[in-house]
Amino acid sequence: MSVPRRRFLLVFGLFVLVIAGGVAYFADSAPDGLDSVTQRGCTVVQTAQGERLEGHCIAQNVTKHVFSGGPLADYTVGGDDRWTGLAGVIGAAVTLGAAGGLFWGLRRRTGGE
Amino acid sequence: MRSCSGQEGERDVPTTTLAMHMSDGLLSAPTALLFAVVAIAGLAVALANARADLDDRTAPMAGLVAAFVFAVQMINFPVLPGVSGHLLGGALAAILAGPWVGALCVAIVLVVQALLFADGGLTMLGANITNMALIGTAIGYLVALALRRYASRSRAGLLVTAFVAAWVNTVAASCGFVLEYAIGGAAGYGTGTAALAVVGVHCLIGIGEGVITAVTVGAVAAARPDLIHLLRTGKQAKEAVR
Repeated sequence: MSVPRRRFLLVFGLFVLVIAGGVAYFADSAPDGLDSVTQRGCTVVQTAQGERLEGHCIAQNVTKHVFSGGPLADYTVGGDDRWTGLAGVIGAAVTLGAAGGLFWGLRRRTGGE
Repeated sequence: MRSCSGQEGERDVPTTTLAMHMSDGLLSAPTALLFAVVAIAGLAVALANARADLDDRTAPMAGLVAAFVFAVQMINFPVLPGVSGHLLGGALAAILAGPWVGALCVAIVLVVQALLFADGGLTMLGANITNMALIGTAIGYLVALALRRYASRSRAGLLVTAFVAAWVNTVAASCGFVLEYAIGGAAGYGTGTAALAVVGVHCLIGIGEGVITAVTVGAVAAARPDLIHLLRTGKQAKEAVR
């Protein structure tokens, strides 16, 4: 009747890879709802060090992320956003490992009964 | 303007290509701490209750749901000129994996994003988890639960339920931000205007969230309806009584 569970999970997993590794390239680069509101009243100025806010807005209080210099910061690899897909695949794999590991450890052992 | 790091450097805003969630500094330190405590308490409750929904069959599915939420959160879609939105995923995860597991899925995604991708401030992690993993998931699931009769009756009912639950999830999560900002927003001005703007734009983002959630839940329902927690719980409850 329905798809075998193993095949379903495999297809689901491949789908996750395609989204993280490929579709993510088509993401809109405009600030999201929260960012856009907190940046109201400011103008984003490009400097040699990156973007800077001028004016008066909520986002002015924002400080740099502790890990902003990290190898995967901002979904890039070493700051190169041509590797967004790789960063996405790594992130999805780490999430699967962390969540899957936690849930597998927590599960009720149904087989032993 | 000054090029040296230090005081001026701290004001540099991280380049926002795919960034989302609250960044460090948006809330005062005591408020951040308060919501860190709320987040830990909420996740402890979720952890204690999640076990009941996890077995050999559902645990791998739940892990994939978390990875799926991570992947889809990367895709910002345009909602207004110059403004984008992205999936939060709480209602989606809760419908597929149950509310407790769903909350843990979203929380894990947020932790991975903050630690690995510098997305969402570390001091704001509690506030972000409270909004997206706790408030959004809980409210979204309650809506789905209220509509479950329709969801289990027809495919259209399931899609509409998923859409509505996800829309409410998004708006509820944005209300969480408003609450936090009202309690201890670091800027301390324009709370009312900011609140209206944030909730307003999330009413639009919620439409995208609703569509993605309905399509996903619909696809899983077509292949393996038994892996959808929302459609299973009624029967499970009956089994538990026996």
